[in-house]
Amino acid sequence: MRRILARWTAFYGANPLHLLALLACLALAGYAALLVSSDPLAVRMLLWFLAALIGHDLVLFPLYALADRSLSGLLSRLPRARTATRPTVSPLNYLRIPALGSGLLLLVFLPGIVRQGAVTYLDATGLTQEPFLARWLLLTGTMFGVSAVLYAIRLGAARRTGPRPAD
Amino acid sequence: MASAGPSPGTHAGESEPRSTGASTDQPSYGFPAGFWRALERRRPPGFGRRPLWRSPLRGPWLTSMFGAALLVSLPLVIITGLLDYIAYGPRFGQAIPANVGWLHLPYFDWPTRPAWLFRLTEGLHVLLGIVLIPVVLAKLWSVVPKLFVWPPARSLAQVVERLSLVLLVGGILFELVTGVLNIQYDYVFRFNFYPAHYFGAWVFIGALVVHVAVKLPTMVRALRSRSLRAELRTGLADTRPEPADASGLVAADPTPPTLSRRGVLALVGGGSLLLAALSVGQTIDGVPRRAAVLLPRGRSYGDGPNDFQVNKTAAAAGLRSSDLGSGWRLSLTGGPRPVELDRAALLAMSQHTAELPIACVEGWSTTQIWTGVRLADLATLAGVPTPGAAHVRSVQVGGFNQTTLQRNQALDPDALLALRVNGADLSPNHGYPARIIVPALPGVHNTKWVKSIEFRSA
Repeated sequence: MRRILARWTAFYGANPLHLLALLACLALAGYAALLVSSDPLAVRMLLWFLAALIGHDLVLFPLYALADRSLSGLLSRLPRARTATRPTVSPLNYLRIPALGSGLLLLVFLPGIVRQGAVTYLDATGLTQEPFLARWLLLTGTMFGVSAVLYAIRLGAARRTGPRPAD
Repeated sequence: MASAGPSPGTHAGESEPRSTGASTDQPSYGFPAGFWRALERRRPPGFGRRPLWRSPLRGPWLTSMFGAALLVSLPLVIITGLLDYIAYGPRFGQAIPANVGWLHLPYFDWPTRPAWLFRLTEGLHVLLGIVLIPVVLAKLWSVVPKLFVWPPARSLAQVVERLSLVLLVGGILFELVTGVLNIQYDYVFRFNFYPAHYFGAWVFIGALVVHVAVKLPTMVRALRSRSLRAELRTGLADTRPEPADASGLVAADPTPPTLSRRGVLALVGGGSLLLAALSVGQTIDGVPRRAAVLLPRGRSYGDGPNDFQVNKTAAAAGLRSSDLGSGWRLSLTGGPRPVELDRAALLAMSQHTAELPIACVEGWSTTQIWTGVRLADLATLAGVPTPGAAHVRSVQVGGFNQTTLQRNQALDPDALLALRVNGADLSPNHGYPARIIVPALPGVHNTKWVKSIEFRSA
């Protein structure tokens, strides 16, 4: 028995239970797909399923990773001459965190901000999506503003405690 | 299911971090070994270059922290979602999608008590779903090097597992995207939201169960590898990468850290808190409501008795004032002979007042004070004092213009044909001349502009 198991494992690459569990998962997905396949727009659903995956892995992730790398690259290349004699605190996180917050809100509340689905919104609520863009801009401004104040405080504190080696 | 984990040391452990210094280990290949070796040699540009991934924070411990957070919270989102399907009364054919085969919780009569039950399940489903978005994004960020690993597989086991990951990641993203669009009334996808979200959930559930079964031992081992308490005391200056292991998550050539591990946890948690603060007001009246500044249901409608959230306006329902004016009659059927009542006759009946929430599938809710005639009194008047069910129809044409109430819903002492709200006549947008309001009933089944009720005998 043990030899059969070892040969199976060498062949397949994992315990037989691994295959059984995964086949159960694929079968369940197949069953759900079968039930939804009678829907006239089932193909559209499948396309959105794949688009969600590709949209995250090959669009959203590379975009924010690139933006973050560009930001830190840019900051590290800032001329240091002026700050050499002064204490420095990297502004990286003071830019990165409000940018992430603002981006997260844009991502989640995009329909209201760009006024997508205006007709169904009006039918459902009796209101328009008019205020959302301004509110998102205000929230974004607040986050960057608070961050700027915190940065100024950190910078002031660092100056009082004297210079430290530049990072 | 937990025993379905990969067996030790058989494949160059995607999930077996027990061998440190993976580069010195000879990777093993499943069948057909020649094919996997050939695949490994034909590396396309951009793949499998570990120097590409330079974050000093990626590692099995951090990934497992996000995984553990999702493992605790996702079951709640799933259960509340599946319960809400039951709340719609699938046995009356009024839950969407109508045919779900075996994919449902055991059916039961949705209770009317506590009156806030649907408000809780639906509110929790939507709120938690939103709050988990940063955690899901962080989890995906933490494992992204694995997406571009080369070779993508060294055995059939890894091929099947990767296929299940398509369902897992595609599933959660699809559910989040459709859910987030639905609560904002953006139907850019054009397909019917309900079957897409419901069956998409089942695809995800299966993939999640298997993923947990396969990875749980890895997660537990990784969580034990570092102390959370110690991490929470470690600042940026003392932050070091996790030790290199076979998980493939730890960067080979990490950059100096710009955030501590506790900083990343705080950042993700902060993102969740931000979304929670902006979303909880969809379901909680008062001050939190005003904080929901980016969602449809945080809006102020004014402070009059009828100034609360509308779901579908009278205009959108295609109603003319003549439909709802003095010519309006309510007909009660199912008894020995039909009964017709105008609004004055209804107002002359015994009136009952109840404070009840109205909660919608888009995850918003509000509590108001409703006054009207008990449905039980109307059933008696119709000559069916103990109905088995009640079928309600609206003057409205089109979707959601009828509903079937279970026996317990029709006979609950707070189940009303409401004529007034907060001491004033209902406004046309809230269902004038009369609407249904039943404790714990999904909002859309609290039919507005009622024209008939058929009491069906038990």
